[in-house]
Amino acid sequence: MRGQEARDQAERKAAMATLAQSSGDDIVRLWNEAGLPSDAELLRGPETGLVTLRGRIGGGGAPFNVGEATVTRATVRLPTGQVGHCYALGRDKQKAKLAAIADALWQDPARRNEVETGLIAPLQSALTMAHEKRRAETAATKVDFFTMVRGED
Amino acid sequence: MYVAVKGGEAAIANAHSLLADRRRGDRSVPALRLDQIIEQLALGVDRVMSEGSLYDRELAALAIAQARGDMIEAIFLVRAYRTTLPRFGYSRPIDTANMLVERRVSATYKDLPGGQLLGPTFDYTHRLLDPELAAGADVAEPLLRETEAQAMPRVSAILAREGLIEPDGDMPQDHVPGDITREPLEFPMARDIRLQALSRGDEGFLLALGYSTQRGYARNHPFVGEIRIGEVELELDVPELPFSVPLGTVRVTECQMVNQFKGSAKAPPQFTRGYGLVFGQSERKAMAVALCDRALRAKELGEDVVAAAQDEEFVISHSDNVQATGFVEHLKLPHYVDFQAELDLVRRMRTEYDARQNPVKVEEKREAAE
Repeated sequence: MRGQEARDQAERKAAMATLAQSSGDDIVRLWNEAGLPSDAELLRGPETGLVTLRGRIGGGGAPFNVGEATVTRATVRLPTGQVGHCYALGRDKQKAKLAAIADALWQDPARRNEVETGLIAPLQSALTMAHEKRRAETAATKVDFFTMVRGED
Repeated sequence: MYVAVKGGEAAIANAHSLLADRRRGDRSVPALRLDQIIEQLALGVDRVMSEGSLYDRELAALAIAQARGDMIEAIFLVRAYRTTLPRFGYSRPIDTANMLVERRVSATYKDLPGGQLLGPTFDYTHRLLDPELAAGADVAEPLLRETEAQAMPRVSAILAREGLIEPDGDMPQDHVPGDITREPLEFPMARDIRLQALSRGDEGFLLALGYSTQRGYARNHPFVGEIRIGEVELELDVPELPFSVPLGTVRVTECQMVNQFKGSAKAPPQFTRGYGLVFGQSERKAMAVALCDRALRAKELGEDVVAAAQDEEFVISHSDNVQATGFVEHLKLPHYVDFQAELDLVRRMRTEYDARQNPVKVEEKREAAE
């Protein structure tokens, strides 16, 4: 039971990460294609505020404050009762609202699969492709050192 | 009697509409869009985010456009905007070892795990102006190279294995990170607060101070242990969720400066470190921050404070370009009454001075007047 709960939380967090990293346009497009319901009561927001970003001295030492970032959040309740949240960088209020609804739908066992296959999976595969492309572009600039062989004759 | 003087309302309104006109410029030239600024003036956007201390590309691009490209004015606009927003909290500390790296170089190790990745750098360009760019030539897609994802530990972790370098900077267990946006500056200050101030500090000012340390004013023999640029994930602890909520990714630049240190009464001979972490792709700034961070640790490491870059109050009090420009630029606002008072004072002093220099003449003048 404990393990199942931890797995659920990890999967929910992963879905939220995918939504936070995706653009509002992509979310809206896939939402409409998948025909997901956007019926929900707004409990909070969508509202924009600041999160102070922290780093660590030397990379791994004591935390310090680096600067702030805009973050937009929303909380919704579905007609079926599930409460969903979203916090995402930027000021896209529509994205925050849809992502909160997606989080609420995800918690409904009857809806989870629909959200995962119609929304999260395609968003995640687009993100993975973009990351792989970025990694490959950077890898092309990797320095391959070679030693000059001094001729003896 | 105190006489209030009013005026200039129409002049100010007309000046602002003239500013709007000049900002737009020749109407036959297409207006700049924010996405063009974000995509094509990306490093300018990064500078405004870093010194404006607000990570938001669209707002930084808007500020650049509104400020007609005046970076300090743009930074000022961003700083003013952020005061209008509520605060949701402090993020979990980012993990730069887990970065989607876009550039990573080390000047201390040739063959380090993960390798040297040049990324989109100006280094090794010939700094020749490019007429093809002026002509709007098409640009080829970048090359790709398939590799397996490789771990990229921070260089400091590699040096630490030998025990010849000091560890990452620690603070006492119960230390709460200071926040200069909440509490006024107080000296002496802890290193975490200094790093926050340096991170939003003026690039030019910090660059000059970093340069001064290299030229012998507080010399500390720096090497670039590592510079890495890339995206890191951001997470926030919130009461409504049992796990930290992922917010998305931000691009940062990190510089690990490694400095020679011959040891002192307080510390054994070892490599010491300066650290810089800034928003966006901004390695000049990150390097300058790391040089200043190290110089400002003089007292902690038992070094003599002999140069400007080591003087905490001097460096931190003058590193904020919004404060600096506010105080310098206020000089051009009306000081009519102040100046009138000064003028009277100088006139009086001059009369007294003349009287001392040439008592007879002044006496004669007075008599003649009578």
